[in-house]
Amino acid sequence: MTAEIGHFALILALLLSCLQASVPMWGAHRGDSALIGFGRTAAQLQALLIAVSFVALANSFVAGDFSVALVAGHSNATQPGIYRFAATWGNHEGSMLLWVLILAVFGAGLARFPGNIREALLARTLAVQGMIGAAFIAFLLFTSNPFERLSPAPFDGRELNPLLQDPGLVLHPPLLYLGYVGFSVAFSFAAAALIEGRVDAAWARWVRPWILAAWVCLTAGIALGSFWAYYELGWGGWWFWDPVENASLMPWLMGTALLHSALVLERRGALVSWTILLAVLTFSMSLIGTFLVRSGILTSVHAFAVDPERGVFILALIIGATGGALGLFAWRAPAMKSGALFGSVSRETGLSLNNLFLMAATAVVFLGTFYPVIMEAVNGDKISVGPPYYNLTFAPVMIPLLLLVTIGPVLQWKRDSLRSVFGKVRWPAIVALGTGVAAIVFLGGKSVLAGIGFALAVWLIVGAFIVPWRRRHLLRTTPMSVVGMVIAHAGLGVMTAGVTAMSGFETSKVLVMRPGDTATLRDARFTLSAVDAVRGPNYEAQRAQFSVRQGNTIRDLTSERRFYPNSQNQTTEAGIGGGILGNVYVAIGAPDPGGVGITVRIYHHPLVGWIWGGALLMALGGIASLSDRRFRIGVGASARPLAPTMPGAFGVPAE
Amino acid sequence: MNRWLFALPIAAFLVLAAVFGIGLTKDPSVIPSQLIDRPLPAFDLPGLSADAPGFGSKDLTGKPLLLNVFASWCAACPQEHPMLTKIAREGVPVYGLAWKDQPADSAKWLSEWGNPYTKVASDPAARTGIDLGVTGVPETFVVDKRGRVRYKQIGPIDEVVWTTILKPMLAKLEAEA
Repeated sequence: MTAEIGHFALILALLLSCLQASVPMWGAHRGDSALIGFGRTAAQLQALLIAVSFVALANSFVAGDFSVALVAGHSNATQPGIYRFAATWGNHEGSMLLWVLILAVFGAGLARFPGNIREALLARTLAVQGMIGAAFIAFLLFTSNPFERLSPAPFDGRELNPLLQDPGLVLHPPLLYLGYVGFSVAFSFAAAALIEGRVDAAWARWVRPWILAAWVCLTAGIALGSFWAYYELGWGGWWFWDPVENASLMPWLMGTALLHSALVLERRGALVSWTILLAVLTFSMSLIGTFLVRSGILTSVHAFAVDPERGVFILALIIGATGGALGLFAWRAPAMKSGALFGSVSRETGLSLNNLFLMAATAVVFLGTFYPVIMEAVNGDKISVGPPYYNLTFAPVMIPLLLLVTIGPVLQWKRDSLRSVFGKVRWPAIVALGTGVAAIVFLGGKSVLAGIGFALAVWLIVGAFIVPWRRRHLLRTTPMSVVGMVIAHAGLGVMTAGVTAMSGFETSKVLVMRPGDTATLRDARFTLSAVDAVRGPNYEAQRAQFSVRQGNTIRDLTSERRFYPNSQNQTTEAGIGGGILGNVYVAIGAPDPGGVGITVRIYHHPLVGWIWGGALLMALGGIASLSDRRFRIGVGASARPLAPTMPGAFGVPAE
Repeated sequence: MNRWLFALPIAAFLVLAAVFGIGLTKDPSVIPSQLIDRPLPAFDLPGLSADAPGFGSKDLTGKPLLLNVFASWCAACPQEHPMLTKIAREGVPVYGLAWKDQPADSAKWLSEWGNPYTKVASDPAARTGIDLGVTGVPETFVVDKRGRVRYKQIGPIDEVVWTTILKPMLAKLEAEA
């Protein structure tokens, strides 16, 4: 019965979202505030209906109702409760329902806390949000109904992929989706502004908190996913350039660009069309990511079940959303003029360059990800692009970007001189250069790249503090947005140090060990103390216990090889000893052919924690920035529209 | 500003959408079948070092075997590796083709993860890879007693692929004249 309630609520939500997509748009066109007000009610009611639907599905999972096909396919009675719950979004249908739920929650949030957004703009934004909602709910109901029943019902279900039975899964997809879907708000705002033909600094101020919130969640989600891959896959890597990882990286890169260009628009009224274009493209990247994972167009370790019908539907959806918005852009944007001019050395130029490099980085990743698809469509060749491509192309784009990160915030708006900029960044530059040279001398001539990497890291970390240092007498009144910038830019530096250390100085050994054997890697001594067989709730495992001695500290690490009989799957649980300067990592493999020992892989991962730590700092910086009071007090009536309103903007048809 | 500049994004997007549309009509896991039931293309490749000889297509006859394509930079290869080791231990000859990879890198990778291969040939320029129609790593060809390709597995071999497809197929080929 629960499943039917969920199904019914979802159908109601579809009908309601169709109304939300049309009524407020008409109301904004007519200037009818009753119709405009309906949009706000509809958005909140829609979120409620989808929440009911989601709770119904989660309940079927937790209760183990195997008559629901989805539950039978992805859950098993022996699976621990929390993973039965998390299995709700560990599959295509359920994760799409979560996607739609988050979309509706964002819409409801916008409707509930609109601040002082112009009524008509809010109505149009909610209407666009309603269109996206209607399309995705239709996609769910018509191609991927999560509530389908099985008859007769099986006694027990198949199992959730054991790789996904992990605390990381409980949080990783929801965070990631909060990021992906959060950018829909920026998209809807952009589309609404294009329909109105009017964009101004106030627009940027209204939309920026939503961009920031989405960006924070996406940053944290990607970091969590990377960390999960590190400890769960047992290969000791943190990023694999897998198509699905790239699918999350592209909206992140573009969202970062959007965040910065919206800043220019908010402060200076410049880069108007560019910001709108970025807002459209960022969410399109999220949609393309969804397409990539669910259409089967690329094979990937993450890919959900391949179903061409779904692929066609999502492609149609992308063409409707992105194509529609870009069409509007081509039509309306030429009439929107940027308000302010700026000099060739200025904060605006710095941020434009930042955007340029971020776009180039996105293009590099995009090309690498889709090259196989493009080649196959063009001449039928099947090829694949591996990490060597990315190593060769991504770093050259990132290095100038990282150089710029420290310079940007010290530039003056409008006009600045190179001489004054050099004066401000002198000390960080000297410290960074010193670090780079010291790293090369100390680590040997071969590590020029590592020298560059560490120099950049120091440049970013020290450079992040230039702005607060220069206003040290006014430190108490530092706006939270500056605090956020400092934390985020320093976090990027921390991450750069981690990536540099991991790419240059990771060491590992593979060997066969018997209980009592000891192996040495760098300063760590690994002793295999015991190997035994253990039983988990739904798996059997071989567990190896190690004691690892580093200096005077001794740690016990455990690594397991788990076998899940329900799904005939195997996973590796690595034993990780974390430390600020690096992790020791041990994973066991198959028993030795000879019989007595087991294959053991031991790693030393220098500074690896800094990669995720840096990413978390970036997210924290975003949160700090989000708490800036400027966002709360809103824009006063004094903020004059910097872009002239298009004549007759309200007279054009609303679609 | 030029109006056409603003139409550029939509134009680029439409081209991309068309490519995606074409891409959807093709299944990436479908095997290009030109080689199936035909002899292996002729090749003779060196090994990973002077004292580890490679092999040629002529060596791959007499017994049904697997020809596995791998590379040190491949992310899915470590996932497949334990399975290959197990297969080799069951007595099936597994030949390795190190594809688009420097011999020293392949050798280092094998010393780290273990070497299940009967012999390893190095194909850094991917010449043989092109003749074989290699599309990515890992890929595995099933070769029969007479040196003909009978099946191609794209992507890692897992327990299911091994027990339901490859193992029965090898048993059948073993029984063939």
